[in-house]
Amino acid sequence: MLSPERTRELIRMVRQDCGSCHGLTLRGGLGPALLPETLRDKPPAGLKHTILLGRPGTAMPPWQPFLSEAEADWIVAQLLRGFPEESK
Amino acid sequence: MRKALRAWCWAIVALLPVLAWSTEPVLRGTGDLGVIIERSAGRVLIVNTSSNSIISRVDGLGDLSHASVVFSRDQRYAYVFGRDGGLSKVDILRGTLEKRIVQGGNSIGGAISQDGRLVAVANYEPGGLKVFAADTLEPVADIPAAYGDGKLSKVVGIADLPGDRFIYSLFDADQIWIADLHDPKSPKVEKFSNIGKAPYDGLVTPDSRYYLAGLFGEDGIALLDTWQPQQGVQRILASYGQGEEKLPVYKMPHLRGWAVAGHQVYLPAIGHHEVLVADTVTWKEAARIAVRGQPVFVVARPDGRQVWVNFAFPDNGFVQVIDTLTGQIVQTLEPGKAVLHLEFTPRGENVWVSARDDHKVLIYDTASFAKLAELPAESPSGIFFTSRAHRIGF
Repeated sequence: MLSPERTRELIRMVRQDCGSCHGLTLRGGLGPALLPETLRDKPPAGLKHTILLGRPGTAMPPWQPFLSEAEADWIVAQLLRGFPEESK
Repeated sequence: MRKALRAWCWAIVALLPVLAWSTEPVLRGTGDLGVIIERSAGRVLIVNTSSNSIISRVDGLGDLSHASVVFSRDQRYAYVFGRDGGLSKVDILRGTLEKRIVQGGNSIGGAISQDGRLVAVANYEPGGLKVFAADTLEPVADIPAAYGDGKLSKVVGIADLPGDRFIYSLFDADQIWIADLHDPKSPKVEKFSNIGKAPYDGLVTPDSRYYLAGLFGEDGIALLDTWQPQQGVQRILASYGQGEEKLPVYKMPHLRGWAVAGHQVYLPAIGHHEVLVADTVTWKEAARIAVRGQPVFVVARPDGRQVWVNFAFPDNGFVQVIDTLTGQIVQTLEPGKAVLHLEFTPRGENVWVSARDDHKVLIYDTASFAKLAELPAESPSGIFFTSRAHRIGF
């Protein structure tokens, strides 16, 4: 279970730092779109693997130094559901 | 009676400024103005670099998660390129959005032509270059970045060249293209292939002669002499990462023309905690400077005496300053959380720094490194001053 503070940090990290390549709206950029409809066919375990270990040969880096497995699971679940907006 | 008359006169005197205001706008130039992107809010701040203040806000610019700006040559209009394919023309004198079009699905940046008549947008989706009339934003030309069997490449690293040409790189196709828009109705495109794996950004030197494309997929920089393009693309700094493990890259570095200071160019080493220095006559490596993290922007003060560097996550709270005479780091600043960009005032006495996660822009004196002011801004990213209007490659 993630604390509300950590949840806020993760939302900001995905929107802002992942957003550098995937777009603030996650519609894609240098990296692909991360919307529910673009991820629907991909197994969650593979998405988690990509987040934690990156994809060698592409610009996707491993985020393992900054995320626990549980946090990566949470991010995958949120992405598949439609990622929350940052609260103002 | 006399008292009443005197009161009446005073009333007129007091009203004079109001009357003057209503009949004639306050006259001013735009040479000390600029634009700051508030990336999450889809808004830009219009700022004054003489008074260190925010003078207005312009809303409604869409997704600005990767936004960049070029200026009209009269320095009145800012063309803002948004991530969502939006191209917005902002009147910085009036503080209004004059026109906005959505010209593509996903874009990375743009450039303005030498004569100021054409604005070109580099698109990821659909991959290619689109060119618009600077005054009306009406479409002028569409140049898909087609390669192989008709696939479209993401376009990166666009800059203007003399002769109403634009130079840019194809991230997915390992190519550099020069589009000649001298006759906008029939653009001519010159293509250079096999320039190196995955060019991620590019710059032209301040004289526009050399185009450099940073490579993500391998070490080194692709170099094209645009005065002698028949000589083709050569590789420089190819050995910089050899024997060292490349670190994961949490933010792509950016290349812009004012990384050139004196006869040297200062470049981010992708995947390394280093700034690379190359001689702009021989294009040989001159030095490597160890820095706090992976550089994102490596920017020379306009006089070239200092080079300022910011860094990728997780070192993005720091800014370091290199003295170009000694090659030493002379200052390490911690302006705030998530420093995304920095911009010098036209002659470099001050630098403005955006700290995204602290929601502020900080202004420093570049001689004393004293903080002069802080301005509130919502998730600020790029800072662009109108002095860019008169520089090739901006």
